[in-house]
Amino acid sequence: MKFKVIIGVLCLLLILAVSCQSPQSIEFARYYSSGSLLYQSHCQNCHGAKGEGLNALIPPLTDTVFIKNNIHQLPCLVKNGLRGKLTINKKDFTEKMPSNDLAPIEIANVLTYVANSFGNKRGTIDVVQVGNDLNNCK
Amino acid sequence: MSRLILAIGVILLWSACKFNSTTSNSLPIYGNRQAVTRVVNGQTVIDTLYQTIPPFKLVNQYGDSISNNDLNGKIYVADFFFTSCPSICPVMQRNMLNVYNTYKNTPDVKILSYTIDPKYDSVKVLKKYADKLGVTGNMWWFIQGKKDDTYRLAEKSYLVAVSQDTTVPGGYVHQGYFVLVDKQKRVRGSYDGTNAQQVSQLIDDVKTLKAEPAPGANQ
Repeated sequence: MKFKVIIGVLCLLLILAVSCQSPQSIEFARYYSSGSLLYQSHCQNCHGAKGEGLNALIPPLTDTVFIKNNIHQLPCLVKNGLRGKLTINKKDFTEKMPSNDLAPIEIANVLTYVANSFGNKRGTIDVVQVGNDLNNCK
Repeated sequence: MSRLILAIGVILLWSACKFNSTTSNSLPIYGNRQAVTRVVNGQTVIDTLYQTIPPFKLVNQYGDSISNNDLNGKIYVADFFFTSCPSICPVMQRNMLNVYNTYKNTPDVKILSYTIDPKYDSVKVLKKYADKLGVTGNMWWFIQGKKDDTYRLAEKSYLVAVSQDTTVPGGYVHQGYFVLVDKQKRVRGSYDGTNAQQVSQLIDDVKTLKAEPAPGANQ
């Protein structure tokens, strides 16, 4: 009898532990899933469903080093677009990227999706950080 | 009783097979058609004259002039794009690359991408675009000409032939259709170039066209 109670309590604890995600991971999941939808409507036509880009015309989003090193420039890049040369995966890209009319929270969502897909693993890119980065756009 | 069930089962199976085998594999011929009367070997015969792509003269990414005579005996896929297009063109070209990679070594299949912005898309710009897309050789031509000519060709020949609904002027040009044209310059299909599934259907339909008997073979 005692044995059964112990097992029962253990099971209950296990269920609690699994079902209760930390607030951080809930926030991440929310950012990521909203970002995934924004990616489909704003980015996927050019950058592709797997972030593969398009040969030498459109850069892929799979260069984890670029994403890591430019994490604070990415909000400006998404918002204002880009002209000029960009080196991704050791290849040069010179086509123009159009600007996107997105709110800071949407930029944070879509960047969280990109920075945690296609081989990238940078965690949540939160809206406060994106706001600061946007203030420092060149 | 069980015999009856077995018999019904067999009939059902048979009819299912029959149904599949009668699904015709031939493609429709789009556009207007008219009957013409000819005299062949002293006998009067009535022929159907189908709408075809009219003659045109344009320039490709290598600066060579291209007329529709260069497409005699070729099956080709036509689309309309511009190199600076940020919206649907990349996904169209990604799908068209599948067509290119499937048929790039097949001499009687070609792709024609007409630019709808010839002012910006000079021969030089088109060549650079083709290079960046990874397109070489003469299977896929990026062609430019007078804007009016291209629009007229698009709306009057390629796309009206597919659908008579012209409530959206110029709309087709921007909707990213891939138009399939047979060896006799008749429109045989149109596909949403932004939809990968429809483009694989197009790739299959090119095979169907290749299997059609040569023009005049049955006359």
